[in-house]
Amino acid sequence: MNRSLRPLFATATIFALAYVLAVIQFPTMFSTRVFGNFLTDNAFLGVAAVGMTFVILSGGIDLSVGAVIGFTTVLIAVLVMWAGLHPLVAFAIALAVAALFGAAMGAAIHYLRVPSFIVTLAGMFLARGAASVLSPDSIGIKHGFYTAVSKSYILMPGGGRLTVIGLIMLTVFAFGILLAHRTRFGSCVYALGGSETSAALMGVPVARTTVLIYTLSSTLAGLAGVVFSLYTSAGYSLSALGVELDAIAAVVIGGTLLTGGYGLVAGTFIGVMLQGLVQTYIVFDGTLSSWWTKIVIGGLLFMFILLQRLVFTAAPRRRKLAWKT
Amino acid sequence: MTRPTIELRPAHEPPGPRPKTLAEALVRPQFIALATVLLVNWLLFPGFFSITWQDGRLFGSLIDVLNRAAPVAILAIGMTAVIATKGVDLSVGAVMAIAGAVAAAMVVAGWPAGLAVAAALAVGLVCGLWNGVLVTLLDIQPIIATLVLMVAGRGLAQLVTEGSIVTFADPVLIFIGTGSVLGLPTPVAIALLLMTGAALLVRRTALGLLIEAVGVNRSAARFAGIRSSALLLVVYAFAGLCAAISGLIVAGDIRGADANNAGLWLELDAILAVVIGGTSLLGGRFSIPMSVVGALIIQAMNTGILISGFSPEFNLVVKSGVIITILILQSPLAASILQNRRMKRGRT
Repeated sequence: MNRSLRPLFATATIFALAYVLAVIQFPTMFSTRVFGNFLTDNAFLGVAAVGMTFVILSGGIDLSVGAVIGFTTVLIAVLVMWAGLHPLVAFAIALAVAALFGAAMGAAIHYLRVPSFIVTLAGMFLARGAASVLSPDSIGIKHGFYTAVSKSYILMPGGGRLTVIGLIMLTVFAFGILLAHRTRFGSCVYALGGSETSAALMGVPVARTTVLIYTLSSTLAGLAGVVFSLYTSAGYSLSALGVELDAIAAVVIGGTLLTGGYGLVAGTFIGVMLQGLVQTYIVFDGTLSSWWTKIVIGGLLFMFILLQRLVFTAAPRRRKLAWKT
Repeated sequence: MTRPTIELRPAHEPPGPRPKTLAEALVRPQFIALATVLLVNWLLFPGFFSITWQDGRLFGSLIDVLNRAAPVAILAIGMTAVIATKGVDLSVGAVMAIAGAVAAAMVVAGWPAGLAVAAALAVGLVCGLWNGVLVTLLDIQPIIATLVLMVAGRGLAQLVTEGSIVTFADPVLIFIGTGSVLGLPTPVAIALLLMTGAALLVRRTALGLLIEAVGVNRSAARFAGIRSSALLLVVYAFAGLCAAISGLIVAGDIRGADANNAGLWLELDAILAVVIGGTSLLGGRFSIPMSVVGALIIQAMNTGILISGFSPEFNLVVKSGVIITILILQSPLAASILQNRRMKRGRT
């Protein structure tokens, strides 16, 4: 099997095993209802994680994701409730602001040559700060469009509901997979993650690709904010606290190599679903407290990082031997 | 993990020579920034510099700034060493929560306070060692290695406190958070002691040089005979210990261990303090006292925003503005523009 597919295979196996074990304990977990809730409850995380996958594939990291989600929810709430705009117009404005924000961060990372970690950290402060300056309190959104969206869903066999935001997440994943594997931009991202120097020497437009990657990540974080806004019908500057960590965890658990260059968008989907499974299991169990979610996700994160080390340390040594002969 | 690549980018600009005299040291941008912030605070609040002696200890806004800056300053001391090795420790906030939770839970369960403090410090050391093992033996990037504990740590702290805020009335723990030593608040005394001790240790022995060597180039340092793995383990363990001390202070201050909010986002403040202090995130030369000055600048800004009547939310916006300014000033782009100007001036 292709070396880069092994972590994905491991994730899929662990997800299947964990799901089977959970179903043996709680047979009701095997239903389209639970599956529908998986998609709905993790929609914003999934959308943000697709953007994070591209950033990590390129060898960077984006810590501003959670803050951008929070900022977007507040901006939408302010535009809809105070300025009286239609939600769709508010969404478009919010996405444009998020895209500009990402482009600025990408430009700073490339042109100022500062590690992505510290630029996006500044971005996180800025977005959270801007959100709380807009409104430190939670703003509830009451609009006909929101009620219409929350009431529309596709009924799956077995009574499960495929909601609009669940569909948005699935669409974003399909878009991400196409973008990563079927476009020139996708190849550039992989090349950049493999080695920036070789990518530049091969003629990859490093500046444009870097700016686009962070634009994409922030735009998707903005979209995640739209989803979060639809999910909670509110805008709050402190919402989605720490989602960047969940997104990074989902990407790593999904088998994307943290140094960049290897990984699949589809893996991230399984990573998100695995986190959803842990949360759902804890809800089903009832006796376990919610803090176990964090511990289990931390444990999974550690396991997959370890797995990556084991899988990827064996090969370069062989390559070195080949050079000697 | 590191693949051999040709470095096309210009090498990181080395910081200027170490200042030789006290006067030279005092005109550093960090001190000018601190003085400016304090002056602005004084303009906003005329009583800012007044310090009074009351009940055997000092009182005043300035002392308050020192007191509130202490936890971040202590974190920054450990963080400086980690960043100097080209690493970063994201888990310090979570370790603070764990240490506070352990101390509080033990005191409430009837253990003597001394033992509880020792246990909390030991837990901090173990957390730091765990990070160190991930970074050295498993060769994982520091951001990611410490991310594991950052994610899981708060869960572990909640496991210790069983989800509630454990309050206590133990005089020793409260003394650590709110007591006073020789007129100074205890946190300030601890931070001063730790700063002096750590600064002497790294500057009066070869330790600082070895840390810088590992930070500049770990393989080269290893080939030069430095036991880089052991050194990294010590550095991460030290950061864990600092986090535990900070956690004890924060818990003592509120007389309770809050697993959710103790030390929340303080890792970012600590990193910011180190960066303001002039230590490069790319490793190499570092200065522990300057990081403490960085922590003071951050706290003076926070206090300034509070007394100016703005809502505390402006803090984040101001902080991000400061980071962006520093990044632009430190960037190779700014350096090359300055150099070009100097060259042009030289020609005419």
